[in-house]
Amino acid sequence: MSRTHVTCTINGDEVEFLAFDGQTLLDALRDEVQLIGVKEGCSTGDCGACSVILDDMLTCSCLVFAPEVEGRSLTTVEGLAEGDQLHPLQQSFLEGAALQCGICTPGFLVAAKSLLDKNPDPTEEEVRYAVAGNLCRCTGYDKIVRSILSAAADIRETM
Amino acid sequence: MKYAAPVTVEEAQHLLASDEEAQVFAGATDLIPQIRAGRKQPPLTVDLKRIPRLVNMRVEGNTWVIGAAVSAAQLSSNPDLAVDFPGMTEAAALIGSDQIQSRATLGGNLCNASPAADTVPAMIVNGAVGVIATSEGTRMVPVSDIAIGPGSTCLAPGEFLLELLVERPPLRTADAYLRFIPRTEMDIAVVGAAARVTLAEDGVVESSRIAIGAVAPTVLRVDEAEAALAGRVIDDDLLDEIATAASERGSPITDKRGTADFRRHVVGVLTKRVVAAAAQRAGGSQ
Repeated sequence: MSRTHVTCTINGDEVEFLAFDGQTLLDALRDEVQLIGVKEGCSTGDCGACSVILDDMLTCSCLVFAPEVEGRSLTTVEGLAEGDQLHPLQQSFLEGAALQCGICTPGFLVAAKSLLDKNPDPTEEEVRYAVAGNLCRCTGYDKIVRSILSAAADIRETM
Repeated sequence: MKYAAPVTVEEAQHLLASDEEAQVFAGATDLIPQIRAGRKQPPLTVDLKRIPRLVNMRVEGNTWVIGAAVSAAQLSSNPDLAVDFPGMTEAAALIGSDQIQSRATLGGNLCNASPAADTVPAMIVNGAVGVIATSEGTRMVPVSDIAIGPGSTCLAPGEFLLELLVERPPLRTADAYLRFIPRTEMDIAVVGAAARVTLAEDGVVESSRIAIGAVAPTVLRVDEAEAALAGRVIDDDLLDEIATAASERGSPITDKRGTADFRRHVVGVLTKRVVAAAAQRAGGSQ
């Protein structure tokens, strides 16, 4: 089995890895780059647990072949915090108890960041549409939506 | 399974000629799940997104030229496209979540050849034509003739869709697309219906095209309803007449999404509503 050399930017750092034939970006991030914040849920693009931002667009990493990211720029959940300083979304999820088991949380955080990067003052409806591709089986949607709205307000205050 | 990302059409053609089993892809939203489910095992996957012609859209003269690998997000964020084709734009915007919108493409929606593809009825009513790269050059095929059955297209091995051509609509013309799903978002059409209506100055229907999805192996035109609309003013009786024509046109199946009888009923209701919506837009109001 041959491997493909891939160079890309992940969370601001240049990263090189070797992708197996047919390997998805999700598997390469977890197994080759050791970024295990990205989670595998359904692997069919339904659940959003593997969400990453690929060149400014929210994407399911399970639906991307790893070599597709050659030369491109990625943000994963590991790119949200700055050192020990949590991202306002992460802080807000903690304070709002917006998670139970936590497996969907990285995907929700990345989807929420993608929304707030484009729309810093979303309505509740806009938030619900923005996370419609993310499933939570602990039924915590209301707390998640409220935490995203609260983080948006916090970010606007500091801007 | 090898991966290749050609940057020119010629390079892609060369790769496809090297292996008859090679599989082109754009967003891969259908291909990767098909590979995982064991339904496809291509030895070579050819990513078309690095070919500039396939990921750009523009107006040339009176024609929209939309690259086959243009994403749904690109389509639904183009304000000029939404003015010319509000129905086709809303059909693209209905596909999946933001995560899927960034990847799913018009060309993929067509070539995956699902009977329930949302953009296909909308492309058909707008008379869209596919430009297909062949070993000799290109050939043009109306979108209505590209899918020939569930999962199968008229494309020969080595051929792939380059772009879609859609003529800008004439005056007093508009399209619309509606689908039925049992929830508000994030689902596959149980039934879909698209219409394009051109009104004469006095408000009678000059011409129309109606296409219905998920009620037959391929998207169907409803010729009888189109004929019934010609030269008439749209009223409730006429809408009931075309609803009946649409219900009788399909040959739906019963599956987990709905029974055949339910689909026959709903396709009539949607046809009525989508024609009324297109006519209202053609009359100048959105």
